[in-house]
Amino acid sequence: MTPDKLYDILSKYAVSQGIRLNKDRPFVMDVLQGLLINETRFGYRSCPCRLAWGVKEKDTDIICPCVYRDPDIKEYGSCYCELYVSSDWNEGRREHKQVPERRPKEKRKI
Amino acid sequence: MHTAKRKIKLYTLSTCSHCLRTKRFFKDNGIEPECQDVDLLTGEERERIMDEIRKLNPDCTFPTICIDEVVIVGFNEEKLRKALQMP
Repeated sequence: MTPDKLYDILSKYAVSQGIRLNKDRPFVMDVLQGLLINETRFGYRSCPCRLAWGVKEKDTDIICPCVYRDPDIKEYGSCYCELYVSSDWNEGRREHKQVPERRPKEKRKI
Repeated sequence: MHTAKRKIKLYTLSTCSHCLRTKRFFKDNGIEPECQDVDLLTGEERERIMDEIRKLNPDCTFPTICIDEVVIVGFNEEKLRKALQMP
């Protein structure tokens, strides 16, 4: 899988979900590159913005799209990584706020 | 800009786009901070660096940036410029 191929797949997937990929394509390509690196490392596409356990059972909530994506988009207009966003966020009709970590502390590798 | 004698340390993930933005910000402004990609560390070294992060940012999220005594969590250009006394 190449980042460009993944971009094509996920941009269609995002539209099917009623959301979008961030329109900043170079930024999105960085996120996708990170996802593919994690897929090579762990065997699954763990969130590139979070420190993974590297054990699938412990990381199921942060396999992209993570379980926090939808509540984050609802509350902030974007997911934690700013990969998936609402149309409003993408078109600048919604303020771009830093999304706080929603993953419960007890699930994190800290 | 007053970067002389400043102690700047970045705690990042090599895969994280917000961390990449942060690294580029420093590079574009001619600053070369000490940087630790925590995901690339293993064993005791990772634990030692995680201990450092915990003291600065108990949430242990990335990037965690330490500029002298100021801790900035996440990429926030405004906060970075202020901490670095940049226009």
